[in-house]
Amino acid sequence: MIRTVDLRKRFGKLDVLNGISEHIEQSEKVAIIGPSGSGKSTFLRCLNLLDIPTSGEVWFDGKNITDPRCDADATRRLIGMVFQHFNLFPNMTILENITLAPVRLRLKSKEEADRAALALLERIGLADKANAYSATLSGGQKQRVAIVRALAMEPKLMLFDEPTSALDPELVGEVLDVMKDLAMSGMTMLVITHEMAFARDASDRVIFMDGGLIVEQSSPDVLLSNPRHARTRQFLQRLLQEA
Amino acid sequence: MGFDFSLVIPRLPFFWTGTIVTIETSALSLLFGSILGVFIGIMRVLPFKPARSLAACYIYVIRGTPTLTQLFFIYFGLPALGVNLSAMASGIIGLSLNSAGYIGEIVRGGIEGVPSGQWEAGRVLGLSYQKMMRFIVLPQALRSMLPAIGNEFVTLIKESSLLSTLAITELTMVGQQVRSVTYASFETFIIVGAIYLILTTVTSMALRLLEKKWSVM
Repeated sequence: MIRTVDLRKRFGKLDVLNGISEHIEQSEKVAIIGPSGSGKSTFLRCLNLLDIPTSGEVWFDGKNITDPRCDADATRRLIGMVFQHFNLFPNMTILENITLAPVRLRLKSKEEADRAALALLERIGLADKANAYSATLSGGQKQRVAIVRALAMEPKLMLFDEPTSALDPELVGEVLDVMKDLAMSGMTMLVITHEMAFARDASDRVIFMDGGLIVEQSSPDVLLSNPRHARTRQFLQRLLQEA
Repeated sequence: MGFDFSLVIPRLPFFWTGTIVTIETSALSLLFGSILGVFIGIMRVLPFKPARSLAACYIYVIRGTPTLTQLFFIYFGLPALGVNLSAMASGIIGLSLNSAGYIGEIVRGGIEGVPSGQWEAGRVLGLSYQKMMRFIVLPQALRSMLPAIGNEFVTLIKESSLLSTLAITELTMVGQQVRSVTYASFETFIIVGAIYLILTTVTSMALRLLEKKWSVM
């Protein structure tokens, strides 16, 4: 589905990604964990070209999207992304947030897009908020809408950049539930998370990153309970202590 | 010494005509200035350096020279290049170009004030730069710009008094004419000032209403 070849990214003098070659299969759910500054976010942002890699390649759906001739906007339509801070458009209603891209990119008529958006809102229990503005929603509701906004483009791959990190603890569950639902529906997902329970229950594979490299990866059972590397053990222990 | 409005009162219709000219010239300059100003402001943030530099240069010149000099340049200076404009056309073009510089800078600030997360959210949905600008960024920028735009509108109404130097019979020019006939300078300019005050007050109140309406969203 998506594959990287020796992906590197440098911001000024700072090497953030130091050569990542990875492959994510169709329908696979991959959790990425690691300390802050480990390059996880940048890795995700290089996959949809929000950050342009300094060198290396990203192959998506059989196409080299890092090739300058490749239409980045067209590629991004097929890759949904959810941010830590939701980034809903405050000047639009919830329904308009969801239908903006499908309608303006002429992928759907206004009526079709409205119908699809309402069905999606129904699925996450927020149909009654269709005509509300985002300022009136809780953080958890905002993030659920942000997920649905990405899904309205019918993406083939969904990227989540710490989707629950900005939420009050009691609102984390409702967002994770929507993500688990999505995982069960067969969506290919890449999730940066600090929610180890989610990584254990919903992912097929966990990747631990540090220093711009993938330190180790394996099934959630193995990596979370019996990691091989001292660095991974240290990170998991610190997470446990904080919890 | 007593004041005597009896000489000025019969000339009130004359003030009225001047007020209409002031409103017309200000409104037209506001319209053209705003349209051009939005373009200048967008040019200031385009990911294309020559466009940014050009707009920056424009703003630099407009803000660094007196409005009166700009008006004189257009009316008295441009004929040397074969561009002969009527006083009215020179005045409206001059004020429009002038306010476009200031509005351009306000628009730039408004656009830069929209959080980068909004751009990113638009980009990951596959929207083009133009579509993001039009549907996501500009509507939010306009809302935050409104107070500054209101100030600029009020400034422009006041600066339209400079058109009297081009012999356009707007409000201040009418004042000059009434004064020279009646010698009632004090009374005349009290009235002129009061009319300007009404115009600027109505304008700022209208913009404050708009602000309130938009802030509900």
